[in-house]
Amino acid sequence: MTKGIPVSEDEGLRAELRSYAIGGILSLALTGAAFWLVASRALSLRTTLLVLGGLAIVQIAAQLRFFLHIDLRKSHRDDLQLILFTALIIGLMIGGTIWILFNQHARM
Amino acid sequence: MSDVTATRHPGLNLNHTDRETHDRAESVMFGFWVFMMSDLVLFAVLFATYAAQSVHGIAGGPAPAEIFELKSTLWQTLVLLTSSFTMGLAALALKYRDDRRRLVLWLLVTAALGGTFLYLEGADWLRMARDHGAVPQVSGFLSIFYALTGTHFLHVSAAMVWIGVMLVQIGRFGLKPEVKLRVMRLAILWHLLDVVWIGIFTFVFLFGVVQ
Repeated sequence: MTKGIPVSEDEGLRAELRSYAIGGILSLALTGAAFWLVASRALSLRTTLLVLGGLAIVQIAAQLRFFLHIDLRKSHRDDLQLILFTALIIGLMIGGTIWILFNQHARM
Repeated sequence: MSDVTATRHPGLNLNHTDRETHDRAESVMFGFWVFMMSDLVLFAVLFATYAAQSVHGIAGGPAPAEIFELKSTLWQTLVLLTSSFTMGLAALALKYRDDRRRLVLWLLVTAALGGTFLYLEGADWLRMARDHGAVPQVSGFLSIFYALTGTHFLHVSAAMVWIGVMLVQIGRFGLKPEVKLRVMRLAILWHLLDVVWIGIFTFVFLFGVVQ
């Protein structure tokens, strides 16, 4: 047996159902928090935007973990690296675009 | 060591009921993941353009906060999130039970929720166009708003067609290995469309309303 790679990753139906339920409830809670934050205007604009961004990232991570089964297991590492690399590219493109366009706008 | 390679690809695997198909799944599933990631890059470009246009591209037209309605967005979000969950239940029916009826049932529920989402989003667009004259040609902000949400809308529509094709194939061919692998890829697409929607409801609708 190769060390470190599990023979089987079958958690069983109950365990996987629980995982989907956790993902669903977590997503609901994070969605609820985000909408409540905007509806109640409890925080200042800047803080609200930051918290909203944070809630979105946590919810995306939660859905990748509980719905799409991406975790830190060795056997899932290829996919995790693929996703992290894509996240890097997306970050560069969005961040770079916003940086350049807002800078251009400020100069016009 | 087939035991070792058999468990390589992540997630919605068939190891439990169908080891042979599971062994074949790894490369097609990973390939589909790569395809989906390139699709996310497409959305990233639209998000980046939206971020700039929603601030600087109003051009005298209606601003985001004037046309967005939180209630409608919340309903769309809840419906799509629930459909992502029911698609998970369909995948579990395939993985653990090899149960055709249960799989078909959850696919039908998912399709119904997907249809509800499309209806709600379409109604929301019509409301914006009718009440605020917010049509794509008014401003850069509205052009990219409809391009971004429209691209997501088209993705969900295409996934709905995919569900329909799967229902026909399950009916005609039964749970053949090829059909199973297609259902598994469909599930990945559907979950990722909900992930994209998290970005849309947060960075388009909530950001728009709060500003």
